[in-house]
Amino acid sequence: MTAGLSPEEWQAVRLSVEVAARSVAISLLPAIAVAWLLARGRFPGRMLLDALVHLPLVVPPVVVGWGLLMLFGIRGPIGAPLHDWFGIRLVFTTEGAALATAVMSFPLIVRAVRLGLEAVDPGLEAAARTLGAGPVDRFVTVTLPLMSPGILAGTVTAFAAGLGEFGAVITFASNIPGETQTLPLAIYSATQTPGGEGAAARLAFVSFSLAVGGLLLAEVIARRMHRWLGRG
Amino acid sequence: MLDVALRHRFGGDGFGLDVAFQAAPRGVTALFGPSGCGKSTILAAIAGLLRPAAGRVALGGQVLLDTAAGIALPPERRRCAVVFQDARLFPHLSVESNLRYGLKRAPRGATGPGFEEVVALLGIGPLLGRRPFGLSGGEKQRVALGRALLARPLLLLMDEPLAALDAARRAEVLPFLARLRDAAGIPILYVTHALEEVDALADSLVLLEAGRVLASGTVEALSLRADLPLAARRDAGVLLPCVVAEAAEGLARLDFEGGTLLTTLHPGGPGTRLRIRIRARDVALAVEEPRGLSTRNILPATLAGIDPIPGTAEVFARLSVGPSLLLARITADSVQRLALRPGMPAWALIKAVTFDHRAVARDDHAPAGPG
Repeated sequence: MTAGLSPEEWQAVRLSVEVAARSVAISLLPAIAVAWLLARGRFPGRMLLDALVHLPLVVPPVVVGWGLLMLFGIRGPIGAPLHDWFGIRLVFTTEGAALATAVMSFPLIVRAVRLGLEAVDPGLEAAARTLGAGPVDRFVTVTLPLMSPGILAGTVTAFAAGLGEFGAVITFASNIPGETQTLPLAIYSATQTPGGEGAAARLAFVSFSLAVGGLLLAEVIARRMHRWLGRG
Repeated sequence: MLDVALRHRFGGDGFGLDVAFQAAPRGVTALFGPSGCGKSTILAAIAGLLRPAAGRVALGGQVLLDTAAGIALPPERRRCAVVFQDARLFPHLSVESNLRYGLKRAPRGATGPGFEEVVALLGIGPLLGRRPFGLSGGEKQRVALGRALLARPLLLLMDEPLAALDAARRAEVLPFLARLRDAAGIPILYVTHALEEVDALADSLVLLEAGRVLASGTVEALSLRADLPLAARRDAGVLLPCVVAEAAEGLARLDFEGGTLLTTLHPGGPGTRLRIRIRARDVALAVEEPRGLSTRNILPATLAGIDPIPGTAEVFARLSVGPSLLLARITADSVQRLALRPGMPAWALIKAVTFDHRAVARDDHAPAGPG
């Protein structure tokens, strides 16, 4: 294989990308909804919601993983019905790894989407209203396109961070090669294995390159979008 | 017919708004007053973008707002298009998509000028494929005018559409506004603090001060009143509808009802209808026919009345020239010295060079040419 990676190492890279992508897919729509509530909502408990969303940033990832285990374990209050009624098991699966990653990166994506939303001039939405656009219409045709730089920034940041999520994944989904062993978990395993220094270095390099590449890509796209929106 | 009655108060120490007025089913009604008098608030409440504490707004039989009856249509169902001071074009859409935004959402069966017609009217054809960010302020405002008109509204609300532009851009957009007014065929409510725009565009005037209506009526009638703040302005005077009779090199002849004026203005070709402001301070008064003066306009008149201007030692002498009225601002001392009294014959003296540029072609039948 190219770049001198072994098939097992490639598997970890592919899995990391898959888990990160799925985590973004899980969290994007709820993040837009929550960002909307936080930026525009006027309801009691808004500060509580704000704090709750940001919890994964301050709570140790292992604790988040443990919490997920309690909730989504096959005997947990959510995991039990999922398992008994639908035959869905999240612990120790790729889906579980994606869920843990989604929870961890949720505050990042909410924050970026919210910044994007707050950059939208409410005057433009008011203009759309006076031109006959109802709530859903103007959200889709005005607000969403104008906040898209924020959504994009959130997506890329969450994806890049998701590639490297460690604590929550290993606690909730364990470290199963081909199933839940993402890049950081593979690097960790390599460092624990005698003679694994080479593999650790290669994987670390890949991890680093993916992160930097993602950020550069995000920057390029963000510039294009801002030009597209006429913000210079 | 637009019927408006609103009451609102901002914050604890904010100013109170308490107004009631009507606007004719056609033509431009200007809401005129100093900054902070509440005129933009009134507009927002009519558009539905602001919920007043109490009030009623009815447009041609449809109630848009009636706080007593618990009625408050959302802005998207009021069919009141707004032209904002800052254009507010959608930055992610092309000029054409901006123009079509309201058109697509207009109710089926709504009538109004078509897309091509509006584009031609506003001269924005070359801009259609462009994005708003590359446009000049004047171009943006023209597109915003077109977008509002194409939404096929029943009422056009304009919130100081020229205030954010410099003098050159204002002069660029003003003739387009005049054309739009003539083509729209719907009532237009026009918020401004610039008398120049009132002169050029308005048919009626609602004069506002500190959240109250001071007076309302036709522009011509209100400019004759000495008791309004308009009288205290340097440019107080009458608005005279005229038709260009002759436009020679350097000097043009304007016919108005009851007389003729010579002016150094370049008002356009013969037949052009326009309205000029004749400032009261530019009009002198003689009790005998003067001779040997350089003044070109010496109009025989009758002194119809003398109105003291509050807070000054000056008066407005109302001069009837046929069915038209002129105002002359003179000192109370002159009134004494010349023993002026209503009913006596007089001559109004106006220099041909004193007309300022506040003349914009207006034509109620066909769109007039810009510039």
